[in-house]
Amino acid sequence: MSSTSTSRGVHDLLRAAPPPPSAAADGSAAGWSASRTLPLRVELVRQWKRRRTQLVLAGLALFPLVLAALFARNRDAATGGTRFVDLATGGAVNFALFVVFASSTLLIVVVVALFCGDTVASEAQWSSLKYLLASPVGRSRLLRQKLVVSFGLALSGLVILPASALLAGGLFFGFGPARTPLGSVIPTGEALFRLGIVIAYLAISMLFVAALAFFLGVHTDAPLGAVGGAVMLVIVSTILDQVEDLGPVRQILPTHYIGAWVDAFNDPVVWSDMARGAILSTAYAAVLLALAWRKFLRKDVLS
Amino acid sequence: MIAWLRASRTRAVVSALVAVALVVGGVWLLAGRGSGPAVAEQVLRVPVGPEPDGIPVELDVAVYTAEGGAAQKPAVMLAHGFGGQRQDLVEQARRLAQEGYVVLTWTARGFGQSGGRIHLNAPGYEVADAEQLVDLLAERDDVRLDAAGDPRVGIAGGSYGGAIALLAAGYDGRIDAIAPRITWNDLAQSLFPQFAADGEPQTAAEFQPVGEPGVFKKLWAGVFFGSGSASSTDPTVCGRFADDVCAAYSASAATGVPTPEILRLLEASSPASVLDRIEAPTLLLQGQADSLFPLSEGDANARGIAAGGTPVKLVWFAGGHDGGDQEDERLDALTLAWFDRYLRDDGTPEDTRFEATGQAASLFGARTGADPQVLAADQAPGIAGAPQPQRVDVALSGGPQTVVAPAGGNPAQVSSLPGLGAVVSTLLRGSQRALPDIPGQSATFETAPFEQTFTLVGSATADVRISTDAPDVTLFARLLDVGPGDAEAVLPNRLVTTVRLAEGGDQTVRVVLPAIVREIQPGHALRLVVTTTDQAYAMPASPRTYDVSLAGSSSLSLPVVAMTPLPSDNAGLIAGSVIVALLLAGIAVVAVVVRRRSRHVAEDVDPELVDVPLVVRSLGKEYAGGFRAVSDVSFRVDKGQVLGLLGPNGAGKTTVLRMLLGLIRPSEGELLVFGHRVTPGAPVLSRLGAFVEGPGLLPHLSGRANLELFWRATGRPMEEAYLETVLEVAGLGADVERKVRTYSQGMRARIAIAQAMLGLPELLVLDEPTNGLDPPQIREVREVLRTYADTGRTVVVSSHLLAEVERTCTHVVVMHRGELVAAGPLDQVVAADAEDAAPADLETVFLGLIGASS
Repeated sequence: MSSTSTSRGVHDLLRAAPPPPSAAADGSAAGWSASRTLPLRVELVRQWKRRRTQLVLAGLALFPLVLAALFARNRDAATGGTRFVDLATGGAVNFALFVVFASSTLLIVVVVALFCGDTVASEAQWSSLKYLLASPVGRSRLLRQKLVVSFGLALSGLVILPASALLAGGLFFGFGPARTPLGSVIPTGEALFRLGIVIAYLAISMLFVAALAFFLGVHTDAPLGAVGGAVMLVIVSTILDQVEDLGPVRQILPTHYIGAWVDAFNDPVVWSDMARGAILSTAYAAVLLALAWRKFLRKDVLS
Repeated sequence: MIAWLRASRTRAVVSALVAVALVVGGVWLLAGRGSGPAVAEQVLRVPVGPEPDGIPVELDVAVYTAEGGAAQKPAVMLAHGFGGQRQDLVEQARRLAQEGYVVLTWTARGFGQSGGRIHLNAPGYEVADAEQLVDLLAERDDVRLDAAGDPRVGIAGGSYGGAIALLAAGYDGRIDAIAPRITWNDLAQSLFPQFAADGEPQTAAEFQPVGEPGVFKKLWAGVFFGSGSASSTDPTVCGRFADDVCAAYSASAATGVPTPEILRLLEASSPASVLDRIEAPTLLLQGQADSLFPLSEGDANARGIAAGGTPVKLVWFAGGHDGGDQEDERLDALTLAWFDRYLRDDGTPEDTRFEATGQAASLFGARTGADPQVLAADQAPGIAGAPQPQRVDVALSGGPQTVVAPAGGNPAQVSSLPGLGAVVSTLLRGSQRALPDIPGQSATFETAPFEQTFTLVGSATADVRISTDAPDVTLFARLLDVGPGDAEAVLPNRLVTTVRLAEGGDQTVRVVLPAIVREIQPGHALRLVVTTTDQAYAMPASPRTYDVSLAGSSSLSLPVVAMTPLPSDNAGLIAGSVIVALLLAGIAVVAVVVRRRSRHVAEDVDPELVDVPLVVRSLGKEYAGGFRAVSDVSFRVDKGQVLGLLGPNGAGKTTVLRMLLGLIRPSEGELLVFGHRVTPGAPVLSRLGAFVEGPGLLPHLSGRANLELFWRATGRPMEEAYLETVLEVAGLGADVERKVRTYSQGMRARIAIAQAMLGLPELLVLDEPTNGLDPPQIREVREVLRTYADTGRTVVVSSHLLAEVERTCTHVVVMHRGELVAAGPLDQVVAADAEDAAPADLETVFLGLIGASS
């Protein structure tokens, strides 16, 4: 490794390199442009190649299959009823609804928090954040690209789950019309459209969780701290939501309207609570992201 | 460093405490938002008419007034329910007082701390007491008078208290408005309900029962009677009930058949006897979840009072004696608006709409218990001149069936558990699933599934033929909502109606089913179930069978009441959207301003220094807490130099380097790289390559992938990376393809140095590059740096290996405790401190420098 021939090879290579080209007006090296730093594709590769990304997404795809198999085994024991779990074996859309219902409070929250809370904090943990910033990537741009990619991955998980549930449900229970807890029956095409509304609404609701996890991720160097902290705060908000004595305060708790996606299967669709949830989530997300940006832009990076 | 951490922790703790205090304070303020003028409570003992045996009676009375407001205010009397006392009404009384009323609450005779015995709102006793309380109000200075001895007064109350409101308004013309809640019209019909009807129902829920008394509602009557008689101080059979009431009740309860005596007493205590005399505008609030005083009682009151031209508003709300959502806020608001209009004449518009609470507006609303949808119609059908409700017939299918009534009515179906409504709700989670029928006791008839949504408001009826050998007939009727497929049937509000016929044989009877408000979804059917038993009622002792079949048109007659949902409160939604829009706009404005401010400004360039790789001017960094890491450091690095940055640990070298990379903001001074000032993300940093405080590699990627990915992150074209050159520098050979997590420390360092050299930057900054390398590798690095500088590029190296620095660097800068101690070409710095001819080495000089200034 330290043989003189190799050394000399290195030195020859170095000497053979052309002198540095002249710089641009803003002082940057030739070929550098602020708008080309940290392209989305590069950031995507950075996150995609991590084992946990692939495991989580694979898990989200497999979980409904396992669940469907279990339900199919016990189908004879099912009694009639109007809860989501009772209607789960009614068809593909019903099963997908049940899977969304079962996972919307915790599983999806954890997935979103995991992707969005981990992204900045893990770079700090690997000590690679300082090199990215020094390369240079603008602080605001770095945050933006990371947020877009991690929320995009979280969204893909959010879509994979019901898509896989639809397939699994279709495999085991057929693609019949959907039955709602109110007792009405919705034809398959319309039901798929409603399911799309549900997913879109959940995506907007999860903006808050993503922003919260991102905000915590900017403040701490420990990725698990950001993810765990975000999940814990969501759980606290859910608990407070159950306390009836709080009265009207409950309606501004960020998690109050997470369950409002149910209204997509009202007959007809009731938009008011979903609109409230979307507004609330967007407001919290805007404030949290603004705070995260502010912190990161001023912060002394010591990691 | 430590002081800084401590300071930030204090700040963090303080801000956390402030945030918690704000949140708690905000919640507390919001929760306790009912603050208004102070309310004074005056407790009185008011003597009223004596008991039949001559014992004098005093009532426990309290009057509530608020400060301020008009000198003379209208008065409101609040009456409590059966088994309660005036203290139950303190909250409501205070709220009304704050609204500007004089509020009087009293404990009815026979309850609480009042004297006397319970006469069930008899005219000579409880109603007379109420009239005396009106006299009391007339004598007060602060109560508005309509005439001498005639105060402006209204009465509100629930159940027992509602009945006293109606009866008092019927007996005393001075009452100006009433708001009875969940109370009865005919107490005999309530305790011995008869739901076999004569003719068509006159309103959505009211009908004319056939003359015979109905089935004894034994469980409810027992609760009623028990709460009046149970007393720990006076454990007798009658408790505090008046003797005549007690005797008559006991006789009837024993047999389940009402005696003429109890019927007479109940009739006197019923508003049905005085409806035509009530001229006070009446707000009737009747509960849908109420098996004690069902909706038919409310309708009967409404129709009778409105027949005389008195304004009546009828409200069917979701709660009642059986639990459910009591809608207190809404009902209190309606009551206040009613009194505001009729007692205060404050111009509140007249509102005599019929309102019925439907089911939850949405699935989410049902889940979270949000406000349910309220349906409204301009007039309740059959009331105040409005026509009777139209009826539509829906065919029932089902042949004749025989049902068995077991001896002693045992086993009996369970439809509801009176008195335990709230407990039942919790146990069954509010579910209204019909409990399974006991076999042989039920005759079922079912409609075809509905094709469209049908909103059922009121009572359905059905004509049924009953034939039996028994001497009399006691039957119970239910209406179930049956979902499609194998979904379970729902018994809305768990209500059941009763039919009692005094003779056996073969007869046709029109059965009135419970009045409900329910949306029948498409695909659902209605099921009429006639059963022989019900736990809550008295049943005949002798066993018998009945043959039950459909008669008449063999159909279910449903009332058609056109109602529209009241518009829901979307004000919050609009306000919320506006707030969020403003918020987003505000953030956008701030972002634009910030970006504009940080854009590259002309002052950031010193054109004379464009060829100088690095100029540090008066650089200083102070952390929060007062710790000075760097003070007034200035030096300059020219092209082609290899600068050694030296100093003991804690001298501030790394801080300077981090400031050079834009990672830390200087407190004072500036750094100029090629004449451009360094700020976080400054474009000139693209001409700089760095390795500071250890490698930053992604462990799950290979060495080569790390380098490629890093270069791609800069956005520059791949050809300019000189990847192969740089990989040669790293010298890892095939190991470059393995994942970084498998590397040793030395290998990581070499890849990191290679990463710093990507693109062959004009200024290379290395901090302890030889950490973890063995001597041959150290020598190699040294030679590479020399060659690097020979190409016209510049290197800044920070190291503790003074021997290496002596061999590698052309210039040195020495720092100690954040300050510059020496700077200049290596020979000069070494020579500067030589006192004798002996050749000094860097180590001696260095130790001397830092020793001297310590």
